[in-house]
Amino acid sequence: MWEYTDKVKDHFFNPRNVGDLPGADAVGEVGSIACGDALRIYLKVDDQKRIVDVRFKTFGCGSAIAAASALTEMVKGKTLDEAMQITNQQIAEFLGGLPPEKMHCSVMGREALEAAVANYYGLERKHLEEEDEGRIVCHCFGVTEGLIRKVVRENNLGSIEEVTNYCKAGGGCQSCHQSIEEIIRDVRKERTAEPAAKQPVRETRRMTNVERILKIREILEEEIRPSLQQDGGDIELVDVEGSRVLVAMRGTCASCPSSELTIRWAVEAKLREFVADDLQVVEVKS
Amino acid sequence: MSPVVYLDNNATSRVADEVVTAMLPFFSELYGNPSSMHAFGGQVAQHIGRAREQVAGILGAEPTEILFVSCGSESDNTAIRGVLEANPDKRHVISTRVEHPAVLSLCNHLRKRGYEVTLLGVDGDGRLDLGELRDALRPDTALVSVMYANNETGVIFPVEEIGQIVKAHGAAFHVDAVQAVGKLPLDMKRSAIDLLSLSGHKLHAPKGVGVLYIRKGVRLVPLVIGGHQERNRRGGTENVASIVGLGRACELAQAALGEENDRVRRLRDKLEDGILRSIPNVRVNGDREHRLPNTTSVSFEYIEGEAILLLLDQLGICASSGSACTSGSLEPSHVLRAMGVPFTAAHGSIRFSLSRYNTEEEIDYVLAHLPPLIERLRDISPFWKDYREQRVQKR
Repeated sequence: MWEYTDKVKDHFFNPRNVGDLPGADAVGEVGSIACGDALRIYLKVDDQKRIVDVRFKTFGCGSAIAAASALTEMVKGKTLDEAMQITNQQIAEFLGGLPPEKMHCSVMGREALEAAVANYYGLERKHLEEEDEGRIVCHCFGVTEGLIRKVVRENNLGSIEEVTNYCKAGGGCQSCHQSIEEIIRDVRKERTAEPAAKQPVRETRRMTNVERILKIREILEEEIRPSLQQDGGDIELVDVEGSRVLVAMRGTCASCPSSELTIRWAVEAKLREFVADDLQVVEVKS
Repeated sequence: MSPVVYLDNNATSRVADEVVTAMLPFFSELYGNPSSMHAFGGQVAQHIGRAREQVAGILGAEPTEILFVSCGSESDNTAIRGVLEANPDKRHVISTRVEHPAVLSLCNHLRKRGYEVTLLGVDGDGRLDLGELRDALRPDTALVSVMYANNETGVIFPVEEIGQIVKAHGAAFHVDAVQAVGKLPLDMKRSAIDLLSLSGHKLHAPKGVGVLYIRKGVRLVPLVIGGHQERNRRGGTENVASIVGLGRACELAQAALGEENDRVRRLRDKLEDGILRSIPNVRVNGDREHRLPNTTSVSFEYIEGEAILLLLDQLGICASSGSACTSGSLEPSHVLRAMGVPFTAAHGSIRFSLSRYNTEEEIDYVLAHLPPLIERLRDISPFWKDYREQRVQKR
């Protein structure tokens, strides 16, 4: 029998905010029946991008239901930006802790929230993954490299067992154990290679993909489009594929012979300054 | 009605009052060592002898064929490892994919030690294909080990038929009968079984005692090497009180095999039929015809087993689940997976296992409380609504 805290039991026996949300502005869903748990979360968001209402539905064990219930309590009243700052650790802490083997329930909450926010901005699920990190590492539970990297990074994990506890990867046939070990080693190397002082000033925590895309969109909207529009031109964000930002030039920019320069020096430089220095802006005709 | 409705008897069972009474003197005045030369110890040996007769009685065996061990797992290990060590030239073992971990984990261990292991599969109802067994047998097959009845589904294997095939081939035949003893009539005199394992706490004796039946003439190297106890087949001072308790429990179980067993079967059927009638999207796992009288494994689709168990627990109802979350592993039970039970059902499987201590009143109580409980969890499940709206048939 699992040792659940009173708070976990309370949120399991009396889950808050269960159900559907007609007219929801966003819905996020992660997991599947095959994996043994799944979470669907609905958000209602006002003009200020504040979450005014939230509902969830969970297929899963006691702690999966409790973690989802806790998450809904945590995000209600927060802006989307604020909500995105919630980590899986905070969900677990809110519940007074979870058994180690059940930490993946908190991660599932975090993932579903991120999927819902992505959905709000009209982004697709693939944007949740870094480029080259959408590769499935654990085929038993369909866990991508991106998610494994993230849980290792955010929870400072050091063993395969911990990775399994946090995101299930490696909990089935075990054939991916070597890959998981390599990812753990890789993230650890990354941590020692990037001492805190060298961290960019804009963010101490590494941005999630959704956050990065939202940031890209924000910079385009606020920093770039107004100046282009002054000259009768415009730019549109088409897609983000990993570090490649696909844009289309509009208006006078579309036929401007120096649009290539605009992209390189105005758009790419700005995005690199504010978002991430590995971004590459590519023009697409559409 | 007691505050607890105990429907988890395949996990462990209540120690019968008569068993406790029989054991008590051995915790106080009858503390002698049965191996001692003095009469004070010697009298204890007589009680062990009596228990050996009682166990032999329920198995239709000779008392000299009864070896007392500490549990079902030790019994399985003694049988399998003992046969292999006695037949060092034979390097092949056959078992099934649905065995208890006591056998399955041992098979994995043997593989690492250079043995070849063939695990026979089962069909959707948990049944073996005896043709597959015939094909798997080889000249160097030392041993075939199959369970009598499955602990999760209650499905009974045709062990005598299997035994005929195995004996014709010259391999040793071990049967893990931990779930069968006390629930099915057994007669080793008319059996092809060479070695049979049982566990005390599954039949209202205490935990910490088990038996390996060893047919006369079967060669076995002991697992626990030590003193001369158990005719040199298992070293270690006897767990006297538990052995005496197990003897008494076997006697009681034998008496209960007829009418009492029928009553348990009727209660199980009432529970199962009641669930199927009152709750939609439920399936019974396993061959319902060849099944232990006390067991039912039912799957409630689109919800998860641990959540069901927690809500049942709140009502004082004890059961168990083959879901991933309850096992501490991440995958549903190996038995249900071997049977190919779909994921929509495997994660929501619940096993109810009854005993002669259960009452009609208790079954009524479960049937009254289970349907709203299942509905409550389905209301929380995203897949239930999807299914109801026919949007998603299968994920």
